[in-house]
Amino acid sequence: MLSVQDLHLSFGGIKALQGVSFTARRGQITAIIGPNGAGKTSLFNAISGFYRPDRGKVVFDGQDIFALRPDRRAALGIARTFQNIALFRGMSVLDNIKLGAHTRLGAGVFDALRYFGRAQAEELALRADIEARIIDFLEIDHIRKAPISALPYGLQKRVELGRALAMQPRLLMLDEPVAGMNREETEDMARFILDVQEEFDITILLVEHDMHLVMDICSHVVVLNFGQQIAEGTPDQVRRDPAVIEAYLGAAA
Amino acid sequence: MITGNLKSSYATDEQVLNNRWKRLFLWLCIAGLGLIAAFGNNYIILIACQMGIMLIAVTGVNVVIGYTGLMSLGHAAFLAIGAYAVVIFHNAAGAIIPESLLTLAAIPFAVLVSAIAGVIVGLPSLRVKGLYLAVATLSANFIVLFLIEESFSAPWTGGVNGINTPTPNLLGWEMDTRREQFVLIATLAVLGLLAAQNLFRTRVGRAFIAIRDRDYSAEILGISLYRYKLISFAISAAYCGLAGALFAYFYARILPEQFELHLSLMLVAAIIVGGMGRTMGPVFGVIIIVMVPELIKVVFGALAGGGAELAMIRAPIQEIAFGALIVGFLLFEPFGITQIVDRGLRALNRWPFARG
Repeated sequence: MLSVQDLHLSFGGIKALQGVSFTARRGQITAIIGPNGAGKTSLFNAISGFYRPDRGKVVFDGQDIFALRPDRRAALGIARTFQNIALFRGMSVLDNIKLGAHTRLGAGVFDALRYFGRAQAEELALRADIEARIIDFLEIDHIRKAPISALPYGLQKRVELGRALAMQPRLLMLDEPVAGMNREETEDMARFILDVQEEFDITILLVEHDMHLVMDICSHVVVLNFGQQIAEGTPDQVRRDPAVIEAYLGAAA
Repeated sequence: MITGNLKSSYATDEQVLNNRWKRLFLWLCIAGLGLIAAFGNNYIILIACQMGIMLIAVTGVNVVIGYTGLMSLGHAAFLAIGAYAVVIFHNAAGAIIPESLLTLAAIPFAVLVSAIAGVIVGLPSLRVKGLYLAVATLSANFIVLFLIEESFSAPWTGGVNGINTPTPNLLGWEMDTRREQFVLIATLAVLGLLAAQNLFRTRVGRAFIAIRDRDYSAEILGISLYRYKLISFAISAAYCGLAGALFAYFYARILPEQFELHLSLMLVAAIIVGGMGRTMGPVFGVIIIVMVPELIKVVFGALAGGGAELAMIRAPIQEIAFGALIVGFLLFEPFGITQIVDRGLRALNRWPFARG
């Protein structure tokens, strides 16, 4: 589904990514882990198009997307969430989720100015679709009209997931979906991620520090350290990998 | 909790006029406009026309500043372009197109030319934001006026001396009184406001707001920043072009100095006072911005009985009043009068069970 090949990215003298290569397989959950500053978010930004890597290839569904701008990549079906929630704070939950469907709608400026006709039909269909497919699914029907700024952190994370789902993506990238959550919220989020994988048949790529979550729900793990890929494999393989143990715990003296 | 707000379908839930008070308010407004057209004296008509023209312009400014979050200090340029486009169109095409159709062709022409100019002026917004964009658009204001005043364009624009403007003629209806022109202005102002409101019920308007609130997040949702920033500039310039066209029809003569920086600042002041990024913002803002100079005139008239020295300081007082309004609102109510009205309505809705 998504294949990253020999990706190099540097900011001045800092080598953020040095030859990262992995494949996220269709319909599976792939995790990217690593200590702080390992380059996980840089990798995400390179995949979603915010950073232009120095070298390497990003292939999505057989198409090289290296040169595309972020909005073009989104139109191809790549959705993501951010580590520090990037919702539109002034807007309601419903409007935020509707924004996720932007690329799927077709009303032009003149349709919009007139509203009645094409734009209205489209908006009503979108509303019905969002209510049935996302709001009910994520159990956020009680807050659909609340402004984002009034919501607690855990719910905001859930709304951001909803917004990404409204894009009907083929690849969903989650940047620390459970960071800062308590155990109950984490379990809820894990359940939603698994449900998303099952119901929508989406390939998921996630960055996470919560090792329990990673080991429980991911089928494939990529480990980064200082921009280098030090291990890759199933959770069990990675857990036993000496390089990974060294990166996380330090070498035995 | 807002009570009495039960909906049975998504269609009714998505309505803008979603309760009978809002519908009543709209009809009262339209009836009020009708009453002004029928019974208003010359002074009321004059003020109402000025408000209508400003309202269209401020609605456009609201799209780009209020909703898209792109600061512009050059929107007077688009009014100038719209106004001069109408005059030039009348003078150039007057021989070819029959009199009764000229206005119907001239207004869309002015709107189109302004929209194209808007795209050009909006180009810097692709690279710069905030203060830098304000300066870039500010320079557009000066460049446009310079082009109008220069000797090479004087045969068409009249240069610094200005140029006489034509009388609007809608399919043989010659609108040579201000009362008739008020009908045209009020109709276009109401339609313009409705169209702007519609815009923000759909994907286009939502994309603007997304760009304002968090541009990288908008991009990740597939919104092309380039495209939508330019569309936003084009729409707002089109509104200002329409206002400029009506401005040209309304006054007997237009001069470049009418479109200087002070007009741009007035447009920005109106949107700050009224409420940025809200439908009713331009309405409240324009009422204040047009009424304040009139109030100052009345107060000065009462104080001095029209003394020459006092008349001299009236203009600077007016500028000071605008400045004080902007600073005051930015400090105490950054979301403008709309916010005050909202708060009042909320309190009314809860009364007598709770306050605030």
